Amino acid sequence: MAPKQRTSRVTRNPELIRGVRKHSRSQMYHKRGLWAIKAKNGGKFPHHEKKAAVAEAVAEKVSKFYPADDVKKPLSNTRKHKPTKLRASITPGTVLIILTGRFKGKRVVFLMQLSSGLLLVTGPFKINGVPVRRVNQAYVIATSTKVDISEVNADKFDDKYFAKQVEKKKKKGESEFFEAEKEDKSSLPVEKKDDQKAVDAALLKALEGVPDLKAYLGARFSLKSGMKPHELVF
Amino acid sequence: MPFKRYVEIGRVALVNYGKEYGQLVVIVDVIDQNRALVDAPDMVRSQMNFKRLSLTDIKIDIKRVPKKKTLIAAMEAADVKGKWEKSSWGRKLIVQRRRASLNDFDRFKLMLAKIKKAGVVRQELAKLKKETAA
Repeated sequence: MAPKQRTSRVTRNPELIRGVRKHSRSQMYHKRGLWAIKAKNGGKFPHHEKKAAVAEAVAEKVSKFYPADDVKKPLSNTRKHKPTKLRASITPGTVLIILTGRFKGKRVVFLMQLSSGLLLVTGPFKINGVPVRRVNQAYVIATSTKVDISEVNADKFDDKYFAKQVEKKKKKGESEFFEAEKEDKSSLPVEKKDDQKAVDAALLKALEGVPDLKAYLGARFSLKSGMKPHELVF
Repeated sequence: MPFKRYVEIGRVALVNYGKEYGQLVVIVDVIDQNRALVDAPDMVRSQMNFKRLSLTDIKIDIKRVPKKKTLIAAMEAADVKGKWEKSSWGRKLIVQRRRASLNDFDRFKLMLAKIKKAGVVRQELAKLKKETAA
């Protein structure tokens, strides 16, 4: 489609010298046609109706109580944080090497980034004992090995899923003290185990396709003699 | 011990320092005691100190400061690339480059292959030992 023909805008009131324009105020009133607008609107300029003034709250009763010190109210802050920028080398299906924590050295499959910025990751559990877990991008090396993750559905995991279970505290008497300690360790609820199995089932099928990949994920990464991390290609 | 590789026009050298590290270049002219004019098919002709060059066995037949086209033709005729890649020096460099570019997964597969090979070798050795012992 041909673009609309636009003649370059000519100013109605050109500048003769800096500070001096050609037409006076009343001449410009006429040129701009403000008289016609007024006539169209019945002798007045058209204008928006003013919004109803916010009704002043009924005068508050003067309080007898004043706080001892003037407490400063903090300024309101409506900034919302964005999730951490994901490194370009980390895409869904990338094999990551975890560097810290009890799973250090484990090679693990990346599923997705959660809204908090943490990475959702799974072993798979059967292969290396890493459950569906959150991991910080900073403590991870991204390898260039990718796994096909199109069949895996990780939608039911979000940050709330991983929140700690709050238990009601019960007051214990001295006699019950020793017994109660045994009950404290609760096993994983069955649903979480099933979620793990569901995610891993699809993932394991994808891993079958590549030879040695399962053994690779089962082995831990370690630096051997002669390996220079700054020269290694991951 | 006489020298075998001379600095001469047409000598192919390997750059061992600087931006063109690892590239093969041809000495096209000698500037003075320390520097040579050097040229390669994918490089702007420039000067280089001899200290940055390692001479190779390969020499091509060119006149002093040939045109780029002549140089490329002479390199094709002498098959510099082929000779280099067949030479033991050239093969070593290719292997080094391959090893450096290995992925973490590749290194793992390499480890498995080494273990497998060592296992097979050890089995054969055990067989031979049994035979000589018997």
